[in-house]
Amino acid sequence: MTTDEVTGLDFMEHSFSNTLPRRDFLKLAGGGILLFFTVGDLDLLAQQRRGLPTDFNAFLKIGEDGRVVCYTGKIEMGQGIITSLRQMLAEELDVALESVDIVMGDTDLCPWDMGTFGSMSTRIFGPALRKAGAEARAVMLELASEYLKTPIDSLTVENGVVYDKSNKQNRIAYAILAKGKKIERRAAGSVSVKKPSEFKIIGKSLTRRDAKEKVTGKAKFTSDIRISGMLYAKIVRPPAHDSKLVSVDVSEAKNMKNVQVIQEGDFIAVLHQYPDVAEEALSKIKVQFEKPELDLNEINIFDHLLKVAPEGKVVTKGGDIQKGESESAAMAEHTYLDGYKAHAAIEPHAALVHIEGNKANVWASTQNPFTAKEEVAKALGFSSEHVRMMPVFVGGGFGGKTTNLQIIDAARLAKLTGKPVQVAYTRKEEFFFDSFRPAAVVKIKSGIDSKGKMNLWDYHVYFAGSRGAEQFYDIPHHRTTAYNASWTGAAGTHPFATGAWRAPSNNTNTFARESQIDIMAAKAGIDPIEFRIQNLADKRMQNVLRSAAKQFGWKPAKAPSGRGFGVACGIDAGTLVATIVEVKVNKNTGEVKVIRLVCAQDMGLVVNPEGAKIQMEGCLTMGLGYALKEDVRFTGKEILDVNFDTYEIPRFSWLPKIETIIIDNQESDPQGGGEPAIVTVGAVVANAIFDAVGVRVYQQPMTPERVKEALKKG
Amino acid sequence: MAEETIKFKLNGKAVTLSTDGDRKLLWVLRTDFELTGTKYGCGEGLCGACTVLVEGDAVRSCQTSMKDVEGKNIVTIEGLSMNDQLHPLQKAFAAHDALQCGYCTSGMIMNAYSLLSKNLDPSVSDIVRGMDDNICRCGAHKRIIEAVQSAAKEMKGGMKP
Ligand code: FES
Ligand code: FES
Repeated sequence: MTTDEVTGLDFMEHSFSNTLPRRDFLKLAGGGILLFFTVGDLDLLAQQRRGLPTDFNAFLKIGEDGRVVCYTGKIEMGQGIITSLRQMLAEELDVALESVDIVMGDTDLCPWDMGTFGSMSTRIFGPALRKAGAEARAVMLELASEYLKTPIDSLTVENGVVYDKSNKQNRIAYAILAKGKKIERRAAGSVSVKKPSEFKIIGKSLTRRDAKEKVTGKAKFTSDIRISGMLYAKIVRPPAHDSKLVSVDVSEAKNMKNVQVIQEGDFIAVLHQYPDVAEEALSKIKVQFEKPELDLNEINIFDHLLKVAPEGKVVTKGGDIQKGESESAAMAEHTYLDGYKAHAAIEPHAALVHIEGNKANVWASTQNPFTAKEEVAKALGFSSEHVRMMPVFVGGGFGGKTTNLQIIDAARLAKLTGKPVQVAYTRKEEFFFDSFRPAAVVKIKSGIDSKGKMNLWDYHVYFAGSRGAEQFYDIPHHRTTAYNASWTGAAGTHPFATGAWRAPSNNTNTFARESQIDIMAAKAGIDPIEFRIQNLADKRMQNVLRSAAKQFGWKPAKAPSGRGFGVACGIDAGTLVATIVEVKVNKNTGEVKVIRLVCAQDMGLVVNPEGAKIQMEGCLTMGLGYALKEDVRFTGKEILDVNFDTYEIPRFSWLPKIETIIIDNQESDPQGGGEPAIVTVGAVVANAIFDAVGVRVYQQPMTPERVKEALKKG
Repeated sequence: MAEETIKFKLNGKAVTLSTDGDRKLLWVLRTDFELTGTKYGCGEGLCGACTVLVEGDAVRSCQTSMKDVEGKNIVTIEGLSMNDQLHPLQKAFAAHDALQCGYCTSGMIMNAYSLLSKNLDPSVSDIVRGMDDNICRCGAHKRIIEAVQSAAKEMKGGMKP
């Protein structure tokens, strides 16, 4: 894993004071056995948490009632970790799954966490949790050994009960061992976890832990929280970012019954006990803004980006580019473009802030509650231990809920009104304040030798970010250069905020790389799967590719074969993925219909196979959006797509037949699952279009217009 | 704002409410009745997160004025399970993992309910057509279709809708 994957988000800006000191955790946690442990690379953690104690950032408790509770600052937003984390803990502790609870995202109960993103919950938190579970089991064995006066070696555990192997009557439950105790241990990391052959719970498919709440409408998302006396706020928003307020007249809104108007400079809000009435009051405010002049739109943005690009930094290189060029039998040079994409979670950002005295309770749709807590404290002038983020369900994040502007608005208004205040974005605000996936440009020059072996790879990525930019083929002369290695740019780069979007950088990088690889395969006159396998040194990736090909029933043929088949590989968050697709292209309308998607993944140890498949399906379905339709249109700093009528996301009628395969690789550490499969979708579609009609689209999304244009050019 | 007295049936109970008849049902459900299972996703009839049943038909509550529900029978996701018994659709959504974040789920289930009340033997393309205007960002579509199919089977087998 590169640092880029871990430190991707901009949480360094905030100086964390601290979460609760350990003794307060203990008070809250009650009696029982507590095990504190550390998640992640200690050195990295120390860097990220400047000034914070790094001796633990998660803990688990075996309570006097025998229940096992793990406290973590991670959140559940649909990815299913609430289920898989329980499985890991129950497995290592040898307790029934039903006796395990995961308490998430409550900043008073849970120790600090940097946020839920980057597919880190399973691959980084998971192993730490398993070790902690194993260690807690060892503690229980120690206690049981004393109690039963039996050496540890003679003991075993089943369903939270410790037995003497030779005399099953000689036994004691975890609950009884924990009774009246207050034992605090610091994990030493010395106890080894179970071997895959010993697994009883890991590797089993389980349905979602939170399904019942969600199918009955009982699950509470932020905007569902109601507290007495609360007000719903609507805020005057400019038509474009960085607009200047010219004039405002709030008199009509002020005259509305029970409507409260707050005006603090440019910050103008109306509040009412009903959100719809507040919305109506907002519409009564007469306001004029001056939009900033900026001649940028979704068409000319790419020229602009190339113009403002900072100097490139070489990410990796090997061999000699010039030699590669002179030794290549055939070369190709292409430029790939990708427009801005919205996160467009169906739950818009929302927050509720309730201030009592010098304390604030906050409910918010956020992927990083601990960052939000600091932000709220700062906005209110409170010390951070007086701000508590409450746990709520989050209705989809995809990276978009790492910005917390709505929480600050709510905090500000709660302070100004003295009432609990909810700020929930309208869809239009959601589009306006989104931290979009950045528009980006990739330029590639590549070459093959006379035998069809890849010989040259000169890759330049502008503004997508470097995650997934490194190619993984066996190419003697290669260089990867990133011009702005992150998904945010310096001022003057993007007309509005950009940020991490499900598998950040990698969707754009994989689209470009795998398109170009296909171009070389066609030049070599070799079947695109065969070509990839010939040029891959990595046996694991070869295996993933072969598994997908087998499931698909791939018959080798050089492209374009007219069949509309496409293939692409990718690596994201430690997971290897290969996808094969079948498309139909309507030559008259340019419409591309995806018929079938087969996706194979090697993601190391899989805790909940069905859960992992759901994530793959989600990735593949969501990916169709950026591949085919999604492109944020704008003029200067004004966003023109403000709802789902013009910003189209995948729907049922787009749905291809989806088949997912998970490679059995239990011996390796678990890798990311919530993001990898999405990275291949653009490239497979591009390659399948080429295979179908013999022309290539070099820009995402591959809209009917772009396909038609490519057909016209021939 | 002109207050009107509006009477209707909500999840099987007769209710009376004094409010502006132009207010939208979505907000009345979520605030006045604290039935927050019905969600806001777009406010313009484009996403289906706010779907409820009015006289058995799926409607978008963000587009439905209170004055238009006078005397009508309204069912929300909270009214679907009877005496703590999950409706076959709810069971099927849970059993098929037909949800991820769960934010679109209430709307999906209510829309599917209306679909199945008219056709207990829907083909996949009937389901796709009937559900197409309900959107899901997490990409749970595949399993939602499977869940609706399996609920239809169970309901046909005698379970009352
Ligand atoms: S909120 Fe009513 S359709 Fe989207
Ligand atoms: S499950 Fe998240 S929007 Fe559908």
